[in-house]
Amino acid sequence: MDVSETADAVARASYGKLVAFLAARTRDVAAAEDALAEAFAAALAEWPARGIPRTPEAWLLTVARRKLIDAARRRQTGEEAAPTLALLTEELVDAAEGDMQIPDERLRLMFACAHPAIDEGVRAPLILQTVLGFDAATIASAFMVAPAAMSQRLVRAKSRIRQAGIPFRVPERDELAERLDAVLEAIYAVFAEGWTDPAGTQPRTRHLAEEGIWLGRLVASLLPEEPEALGLLALMLHAEARRDARRGADGEFVPLAAQEPARWNAALIDEAEELLLRASRMGRHGRFQLEAAVQSAHAARRHRGSTDWAAIVQLYDALFAMTGSVVVAINRAVALAEVHGVKRALAALDALQDDARLAQYQPYWAARAALLARSGNSAAAADAYQRAIGLESDPAVRAFLQRAYLTCTT
Amino acid sequence: MKVLLLMYQDERAMQRLPREEYGKLHGAFVAYVDALKQAGALLGNHGLRPTAEAQTVRKWVVLDGPFAETKEQLAGYFLLDVPDMAAALDWAKRHPTAAYGSVEVRPVWT
Amino acid sequence: MQYLLLVYANENAVLNAPKETVTQVIGAYQAYTEAMKKAGAWVASNRLRPTSEATTVRNQNGKKSVLNGPFAETKEQLGGFYLIEAPDLDAALSWAARCPGAAHGSIEVRPIWTM
Repeated sequence: MDVSETADAVARASYGKLVAFLAARTRDVAAAEDALAEAFAAALAEWPARGIPRTPEAWLLTVARRKLIDAARRRQTGEEAAPTLALLTEELVDAAEGDMQIPDERLRLMFACAHPAIDEGVRAPLILQTVLGFDAATIASAFMVAPAAMSQRLVRAKSRIRQAGIPFRVPERDELAERLDAVLEAIYAVFAEGWTDPAGTQPRTRHLAEEGIWLGRLVASLLPEEPEALGLLALMLHAEARRDARRGADGEFVPLAAQEPARWNAALIDEAEELLLRASRMGRHGRFQLEAAVQSAHAARRHRGSTDWAAIVQLYDALFAMTGSVVVAINRAVALAEVHGVKRALAALDALQDDARLAQYQPYWAARAALLARSGNSAAAADAYQRAIGLESDPAVRAFLQRAYLTCTT
Repeated sequence: MKVLLLMYQDERAMQRLPREEYGKLHGAFVAYVDALKQAGALLGNHGLRPTAEAQTVRKWVVLDGPFAETKEQLAGYFLLDVPDMAAALDWAKRHPTAAYGSVEVRPVWT
Repeated sequence: MQYLLLVYANENAVLNAPKETVTQVIGAYQAYTEAMKKAGAWVASNRLRPTSEATTVRNQNGKKSVLNGPFAETKEQLGGFYLIEAPDLDAALSWAARCPGAAHGSIEVRPIWTM
């Protein structure tokens, strides 16, 4: 293997681990990233001449730590510097042997990134950057945010971690569920951005679903006794299983009800089901397990031939009781139509209409339009389809909605 | 007919303008806007913040910066209601920016 | 806060598009504009005639000249604009992403300069 291939491979496999390890001791994520970047640069410069080291990870870590110490010495003097320098130099002695196993601090890093003191909107970007090594411009595009603004937010967030003394720690029992929820939410945000682009037509989102699942697997493997971590992974795997079925041969949008189960990835569904079963045995329910259970009910169509909508309504009832989320309320209304009829479903949607955010929320209008069309109110359905079309950025979904709109107006 | 006047100028040069020059220019703009209003031709106008604060969404990728890097940058627009293109061009030639920048005239598609 | 969304697209592609595409795109823009209005974000918008009908007043060696054509020759041309009201840049970018023009062209987002 040549030098740059090795460096790339190490970067892919270990970047997050190395950043986490370096940052955990000093709480200075930005400095850790800088030091590691310099270490990678040094590798590309020295390995061709000296050969690839036996344990590349340990080599990089040693070099990065030296750079951190140098930077700390340049920045601070006297008492301030002492703790940092002491911590780092102690371990340098161990690392010099080259046999050191680098402990996986990524979980601690993720808890720091999702700490309550960190602004909700920057948690997912922070995790993408520090654990997966994404650059600010890529992250900005992924979340449809200005790159310079994203850069700034990331810098400020890392600064906050350092200055507020946010701990790199897996929280104690009593806090764990809540703090873990923040981490899982951030991971789900990454996945959700990528899920909107099933055909991978947009470079900005093509790999996000994969990265979300990767992060989900990481957390589930590090916290196997946490049912919500298993629930999140199950949820993402269920959604991912249907990727190929969501677009037709010509790239057209295929809604869930019209998808052929034969096009779903059976292996992913099986894995998701196994995770969900394991989670349910732990007896601690949560929102991700409930969401995954809804997906499980949809997936069951592959064996049953039909969807158990009554079960889905019950699951959404429980979800709504837990979260009060308007998104859940909308999905619940759609399921309600299958069990109690379109009228009750529309009434459920009407109950939401005072929420100002709905003026810009496409799924509300798409759901409303479909229900109105079914109830025979073509004029109102057409209006609602228009709203949905105007709020949709994906051309395939837009085309689908436009066809539905035409059906209401002819 | 409606027309859009697009004003292009060298941003950096404008930012370096001495106070007195800037004052004169501001006066010229105020007079121009007044003349438009008197003629009943002004539908709307706005200045734009510098291109350093621009973003461009290109096939869904968000990039910092304006659509294109040009020697003069889009600094603002005027939307006018005029009897014909000749009148539109008259207004364009009289625009203060025409003295040191460029003014593009685009008919609106009705 | 107000933002100007400038919609750039390849004029030739637009003018030579098949009829069904044109109908679909017009429909998409109508829906987009309506959704913006209903959400209270629309302030103004206009489509522009092609750059073949543009004229530019330019300075050449201190002399003003009137020339046919747009300010600059670019691969994509300015086809229209939206003036919107949005709480912040992120919200403005959301609207830019929804613009039917975003799929194949470029949308420039410029904050309005308030005195």
